[in-house]
Amino acid sequence: MNSQQIYNSFRTLTSKEIKRILRIWTQTLLPPVVTQSLYFVIFGSFIGSRVGLIDGIPYMAFIIPGLVMMAVINASFSNVVSSFFTSKFTKDIQEIQVSPTPNWVIVFGFVTGGVFRGLLVGLIVFLVSFFFVKPQIQNPLIITLFVFLTSMVFSLGGLINGIFAEKFDDVQIFPTFVLIPLTYLGGVFYSINQLPQVWQIVSKLNPILYMVNGFRYGFYGVSDVSVWYSFLILLAFTVSLAVLAQILLNRGVGMRT
Amino acid sequence: MSKLAISIKNLSKTYSGGIQALKSIDLTLKEGDFFALLGANGAGKTTVIGILTGLVTKTYGEVKVFGHDLDTELNEVKNSIGVVPQEFNFNIFEKVYDIVCRQGGYYGMDPHKAATRTEKVLKKLELWDKKDQKSIALSGGMKRRLMIARALVHDPKLLILDEPTAGVDVELRRGMWEYLKELNKNGTTILLTTHYLEEVEELCQYAAMIKEGEIVLNDTVKKLLNKLDQEVFVFETDKSLTSKAIQILNAKDRGDNVYEINTSPKNTLQDNIDIISKSKANIISIKPKGNRIENLFLSVISK
Repeated sequence: MNSQQIYNSFRTLTSKEIKRILRIWTQTLLPPVVTQSLYFVIFGSFIGSRVGLIDGIPYMAFIIPGLVMMAVINASFSNVVSSFFTSKFTKDIQEIQVSPTPNWVIVFGFVTGGVFRGLLVGLIVFLVSFFFVKPQIQNPLIITLFVFLTSMVFSLGGLINGIFAEKFDDVQIFPTFVLIPLTYLGGVFYSINQLPQVWQIVSKLNPILYMVNGFRYGFYGVSDVSVWYSFLILLAFTVSLAVLAQILLNRGVGMRT
Repeated sequence: MSKLAISIKNLSKTYSGGIQALKSIDLTLKEGDFFALLGANGAGKTTVIGILTGLVTKTYGEVKVFGHDLDTELNEVKNSIGVVPQEFNFNIFEKVYDIVCRQGGYYGMDPHKAATRTEKVLKKLELWDKKDQKSIALSGGMKRRLMIARALVHDPKLLILDEPTAGVDVELRRGMWEYLKELNKNGTTILLTTHYLEEVEELCQYAAMIKEGEIVLNDTVKKLLNKLDQEVFVFETDKSLTSKAIQILNAKDRGDNVYEINTSPKNTLQDNIDIISKSKANIISIKPKGNRIENLFLSVISK
């Protein structure tokens, strides 16, 4: 395929993904907005007023970046894993497999769909947060960079989960037993400085901590960990997972017999 | 001399569970052939198609499509092939038009060209008036035609059909045959697997039979039929045959002066006619019982 044909193929795959997200918006866009709004109400308004300040920031404002990032992570991951696995299950993934579309286009086509949904959900949740508090925005570049790369990382994660998944249960195991616990323990609702020393060390093994803190730094200029270090970790995850997804597709794992 | 559309040498496939689906098979199709690949379920037909289309990884062997090596020129191979799989493999919630047009996109077509080709193939396969329907709403026959339309959108030189008329009613099947004949006449090489063996007699010039992963017969359909050393004919006579004639003919009396009689090189159709004539009965009609390819198929499979 020449570059124009590759572009046409990529555009076909991404437009299919984006149309799907918009067509079933009650499943793809609405639920995270409702869930995060409940977090705003319960943790922010009801409980947050009793918590006081964290790092000099009102609790409600403190948790907004974390809640936005949580929505982005879940939306990106679940979009790609469900879309890819459903395509495998119904076998319409063969439409792409029999075509000359390169594997890297398949990777980035699905990931673009995941990033689109992740960022759209994140934006909506962020706009909803304005009903509760007006967050500051100190560094839009850092915000954009962290939210974009995080969405990519979890879209790639969803793709890899989808590649390995053989039944619908396999699609649920990782988000339920790994992703959700890591997200809740990733500094969304608290600063790790509030934890005992040992738990601070344990928390630093959680990659989501770096994503949430880097993102929060873009809003308020505060972070539990080095932002530069967080960025490098995020970049390393993005590159490693992209390479892994490409290798898996090249080897035909879960795709070819 | 015609170019080869498919050249398969020593092709083997062993699945991860240890099942050897293909045992070093050789197969060639010339450009313009209408070729049937026959075999019982699990014989290895779909594995051959899977390897040709990149859905199954071969264990060993060489595969070339229009001279392009599957290992080193996969894109050229994929561009040459349109495939209609055995099972429906499209998103049932999507519209007919979108399914076909998107396939054009996956082959690198720009939106305008994909739209033009989609209109052409949907009209040709009489699906244009269903273009805005979700594919779930189509009948079984229409779904088959949708898969053919999708396979043809990039105008492939080789069309592979894995049991394309399964579940299609007689009228639609005949319509599909006419369309496939026209495609073949216009230069598209066709590789077909089917369980409707009358399809092979009707459509194909060449056929190969695959049994337990090995090619056991491979020739022109005409020559394959000549290999059939036995065939049952149904005779209808104006009066009952004598018991002596029935015994000599080894005929099966179906009643109402209808008899099933075996023919073979030792006991030809002419021999049988002569015996019936000597028994003072007149022959009203002679019809072959069942499909000849089917008989050949069964005789090979049962060996």
